[in-house]
Amino acid sequence: MANTINGKRKRFSKDQWTAIAFLIPSLILIFIFVYGFIGWTGYVSVSNYNSLVPDFSFAGLKNYLYLFNDFRFQADLRNTLFFTVLFIGLVIVLGIGIAILIDQKLKGESIFRNIFLFPMALSFVVTGVVWQWLLNPSTGFNQFLKVFGIQPKWYTDTNILAGFEWGSIEFGLPVAIIAVVIAAVWQMTGFSLAMYLAGLRGIPDELREAARMDGASEFQIYRKIVLPMLLPITMSVVIIMAHISLKIFDLIYAMTGPGANFVTDVPGVYMFETTFRGNYYANGAAIAIIMLLLVAVFIVPYLWNSRKGDQ
Amino acid sequence: MRKLYGMFAFMAVIMFITACSENSSGESENESSSNEAESTGEVEIFSWWTGAGEEDGLLALIDLFEEKHPDITVENAAVAGGAGTNAKAVLATRMQGNDPPSTFQVHGGEELNKSWVAADKMEPLNDLYEENEWMDKFPEELIELVSKDDDIYSVPVNIHRGNVIFYNKQVFEENNIAVPTTLDEYFAVADQLQEAGVVPMALGDKESWPATQIFENVLLGELGPDDYVKLFNGEISFDDERVVQAAEKFAKILDYVNEDHASRNWQDSAQLVANGEAAMINMGDWAKGYFANDLELETNEDFGYFAFPDTEGDFAVITDTFGLPKGVENPEEVKEFLTVLGSVEGQDTFNPLKGSIPARVDADPEKYDQYGKDAMDAFQSSRLVPSLAHGSAASEGFLTKANQAVNIFVTQRNVDNLIQALDNAGLE
Repeated sequence: MANTINGKRKRFSKDQWTAIAFLIPSLILIFIFVYGFIGWTGYVSVSNYNSLVPDFSFAGLKNYLYLFNDFRFQADLRNTLFFTVLFIGLVIVLGIGIAILIDQKLKGESIFRNIFLFPMALSFVVTGVVWQWLLNPSTGFNQFLKVFGIQPKWYTDTNILAGFEWGSIEFGLPVAIIAVVIAAVWQMTGFSLAMYLAGLRGIPDELREAARMDGASEFQIYRKIVLPMLLPITMSVVIIMAHISLKIFDLIYAMTGPGANFVTDVPGVYMFETTFRGNYYANGAAIAIIMLLLVAVFIVPYLWNSRKGDQ
Repeated sequence: MRKLYGMFAFMAVIMFITACSENSSGESENESSSNEAESTGEVEIFSWWTGAGEEDGLLALIDLFEEKHPDITVENAAVAGGAGTNAKAVLATRMQGNDPPSTFQVHGGEELNKSWVAADKMEPLNDLYEENEWMDKFPEELIELVSKDDDIYSVPVNIHRGNVIFYNKQVFEENNIAVPTTLDEYFAVADQLQEAGVVPMALGDKESWPATQIFENVLLGELGPDDYVKLFNGEISFDDERVVQAAEKFAKILDYVNEDHASRNWQDSAQLVANGEAAMINMGDWAKGYFANDLELETNEDFGYFAFPDTEGDFAVITDTFGLPKGVENPEEVKEFLTVLGSVEGQDTFNPLKGSIPARVDADPEKYDQYGKDAMDAFQSSRLVPSLAHGSAASEGFLTKANQAVNIFVTQRNVDNLIQALDNAGLE
């Protein structure tokens, strides 16, 4: 074993000690500034700290109950759900689709790849401002769509598709969120495309050759061999996109704001406004904790899985 | 093994350095607090004045001050963005961390009283007012707005009016329309405009406050100034019959606005009036600066203005004020700045550039344009009431919830829900 030197068994080698010594300062900082502050946020979220004057008396779950009865927060959860599902779904489908097309030994492949990757270089704020004007009902695409006589209201549409009363909100797909999904997909598809392209390159040609020898059609090869082998990539894409979409703030803040009747509002925007405009610190902290838990639902099984993989 | 020792030595050095720097910063803090009321030769002015006219005004004011007090330097700590939202977030952090700026911009009214005064973070300025004989230089109702329990907490520097409607003169002339003075006349005018194919009322409520501003003006007209103030003092409840009627009239006004209101901010909606697509807009009179300076329109030729219908004799006040936070190292020097800020010279330096009117009643009208002169007349002859949409009538907590309720109302038009939401918004 590498850990035994001179016959004596040591727990760590010198190099490992060095590594640990270098890790400790950052570990301490992370414990204070990440985990410590998460704990502090949790503490504030069960306090009565809802004005500029700090009040840390224990409030129990009052702030959480308030949120779950609140029209705006219910709308936020609905919007986040539909945004996440549509966003991840489209990013995966478009990512795989374009990756497969580019993988057909195209000439000038790198040019295509870069064109699709380029939106990733922008920040969400830039994307938000650009798409705010492209999808503005009185400028943008609608000038062009006049020719066909259709004038979608994009992110100002207050309709809820297939809506039914649920709690104090109408539950269904908010039409306005589609505009935001378009902007987000436009920006992030390049990322999933790059991941899938790498995944496709990792599938040995021999496998496809063998399948062809056995008389499989191209379609069958993709369905039975390529797509199943891309499953781990899909897992990663889902995790990465889910944590982006559950925490999304900048895109929506720049593009639409909370929207009429809160049709494009998300917990991040609500948290910012209620904390820093309304001084409802405890409510804001409660929203932060709920967002953390939402992301944890995705991240924890993933971390668990990869830990098993390590062993 | 030597490598290992070297590394520990290195880490020890780093820890030592950080410990030292902590120590020294701690020392300097002690020093400053023990030498209280001593001059540091520096005044830090915290605001969100970074836009075109307002920044010019602030810089001119700073120049004036430094001319009078060459021994004191001014640090301009302006935070841009979000109509003050970003600045307020930074301010909250600094105040709670006991690192207040020397003085900071805050709207007079509950934004000051329900927050920083209630949190016991402000020094009263009664002596400054007496020293400068300001008690009769500012309108009494304005001083009340920056006072709590007989203590005065800030110095108003400018005044904006919230209950103004700006209109496109050409559109009014083409349709042969006279300025409406009551809401009934207003609705008749709006019908006429709509038939003529013009959007009667421009609204940009991507952020909710322009809609809240309309609602507050309808409330003011419906209740009258006395009961309007009582409503926000909690003496009249929100389920009062007149509040319900105001909500219904507000809903009716919303029938006349541009369809894409949710995608516009106030400037975008003001453009509709400027280019004649819409006839009128209710906006605080900073819109005059936008029409005149940014869009290069002529006051009283291209665009005109009138008081929001039914609120002719009232003046919805939005005032920027500066106070003295507790725990500032050099309060005397900050007071010197506040003295300049409250002087006629200071106000007449700042306001013409910012496009607002002075808070003092004895300023020189000749320094202001026609709109400014009219507004100064109205300011002196009208009843002054605090604006809700700009944080003067109620706490920011209430305002945040009121904005949410209005946002929902604009789409749903459910009067009962609006009244109930306002009732539950926790007006203290």
